[in-house]
Amino acid sequence: MTTTTSTSTPVVRKPVAWRRVALHVGCLAALLVMLYPLAWLLATSVKPANEVIASLDLLPSRLEWSNYETALDGVNDVSVGRLLGNSLLIAGGAVVGNVLSCSLAAYAFARLRFRFRGPLFAFMIATIMLPHHAVLIPQYIIFNQLGMVNTYWPLILPKFLATEAFFVFLIVQFMRGLPRELEEAARIDGCGPFRSFFLVILPLTRPALITTAIFTFIWTWNDFFTQLIYLFSPEKFTLTLALRSFVDASSTSAFGPMFAMSVIALLPIVLFFLAFQRFLVEGMANSGIKG
Amino acid sequence: MTTTQSPTTAADKGVHPTDRPARRRRREGAAWVFLSPWVLGACVLTLLPMAVSLYLSFTDYDLFNAPNWVGLRNYTQMFTEDPRYWRSVVATLTYVVIAVPLQLALALLVALALKNMRRGRGFYRSAFYAPSLLGASMSIALVWRAIFNDGGTVDNLLGAGGWVNRPGWALLAVALLTVWQFGAPMVIFLAGLQQIPGELYEAAEVDGAGAWRRFLSITVPMLSPVIFFNLVLQTIQAFQVFTPAFAISAGKGGPADSTLFYTLYLYDRGFVASHMGYASAMAWVLLLAIGAVTAILFRTSRSWVFYASEGDR
Repeated sequence: MTTTTSTSTPVVRKPVAWRRVALHVGCLAALLVMLYPLAWLLATSVKPANEVIASLDLLPSRLEWSNYETALDGVNDVSVGRLLGNSLLIAGGAVVGNVLSCSLAAYAFARLRFRFRGPLFAFMIATIMLPHHAVLIPQYIIFNQLGMVNTYWPLILPKFLATEAFFVFLIVQFMRGLPRELEEAARIDGCGPFRSFFLVILPLTRPALITTAIFTFIWTWNDFFTQLIYLFSPEKFTLTLALRSFVDASSTSAFGPMFAMSVIALLPIVLFFLAFQRFLVEGMANSGIKG
Repeated sequence: MTTTQSPTTAADKGVHPTDRPARRRRREGAAWVFLSPWVLGACVLTLLPMAVSLYLSFTDYDLFNAPNWVGLRNYTQMFTEDPRYWRSVVATLTYVVIAVPLQLALALLVALALKNMRRGRGFYRSAFYAPSLLGASMSIALVWRAIFNDGGTVDNLLGAGGWVNRPGWALLAVALLTVWQFGAPMVIFLAGLQQIPGELYEAAEVDGAGAWRRFLSITVPMLSPVIFFNLVLQTIQAFQVFTPAFAISAGKGGPADSTLFYTLYLYDRGFVASHMGYASAMAWVLLLAIGAVTAILFRTSRSWVFYASEGDR
């Protein structure tokens, strides 16, 4: 609505063609620089060991697929399949937990009236800014007391308790945009709050729930710190943690397999991004601003 | 105040006319059912841990023996006897001051470039956003280490040697990784820019305002709530950066502690050296510091953040 008016009004001169071309050239140049690390990663993952450091060329002289074979064998006798499964289990559990618990809390904040709603909502917003480290050590102690250290529970359970307030906020923002008449109609038809939540509101909130699901997946997948402190048996490692064992070893021979595994670890994010980039980008934009 | 009205009725201003007290009580009960996971999480995983970490910060605690009360010793040791602590503070602040403004400036610049683009905007928007998702991963942190290492691309291109092994330069490499992820604030800027009515620019142009003038007098004030939102969010996140520093320095914060970020040192004290009390004290100082920085940002925002459009939305 805003962009079209400026071009249709006669007062404003149309942008000169060369300026438009220059803009595209600039954007493409910026894009090339930005994509370089990704191109480098892909190229290095198939480079023979002697070319990784010595050669300046981005492209390898021949494709060294054995890097991937080595990577598939995994780390510390744990196969990549196992690591991938562990990562998927944690990310999947987190997605289910966040979507469920955050949408429940969001519905109460966005649509229901209860005592202390104002202060509780303010508290919820404040926890978005709370640094994770302020609660990290006692949480670790609690999970340690429960015998849950070196299991996946500390990584999944908190998500079922709506601890990621960012998503509660995101869903609240979205639900506030839905017309109230919907629930009033449902109420007249005899729906209580639970049925109107599950049958009326939840289906309409789907874009926000998808955004929550994708972000949860990607953030959990990328998360390193929490996995680092809670998991220590190699067979429970995720792909991210397995990459950690390459952090100390910087010998050139391990370079190819290390980056082959890096590519494998990035693949799900890239696929998610390509499949859902519309939801992701819109969701990101909507999370900050009133829609 | 009449005696017939219960305090809840008085408080609930927007109550639906068909609501009867019994039904309202039931709905209030329903609200708490919806809230119950959040309430449990907030109590058990947020409030209680905050209290416990405050308590632990006054103790010596190694996770195995009972906490031993030491009063303010962790704090005095931190502030007066631990040069590594101060190096971590300096590294973190330097990083925040370099990375956040650079990242936001780049995000705004690209958003402005894309704003009036008719063809290809969706493509660029997604392409520039992609690093924001990938960049947080260990994979990209490892790539960064290799590119900025001795013999890496940057060394070959600029002949400056490996940044990773040089104090000061290693920090800059981490900062550049953050700047590289400018896509997330850029997308929010772009959404904000599209909310600014085009008529404002037309009127200004009729009045003879140049591009720079229009930017300063229309774009910046109209966009200021979004700039503020991005500033607060990115600053808070930058204070907690961990993965790239861990990868670049192999978890040690080198060279010469120049990438020993606050969270990396906290991890080192708490989970490597088993000084949970000391790490708790560090966590509380971080909490207070982030609170203070946020408060200062909010305080200064009164003079430059402009909320005129609030009323008509």
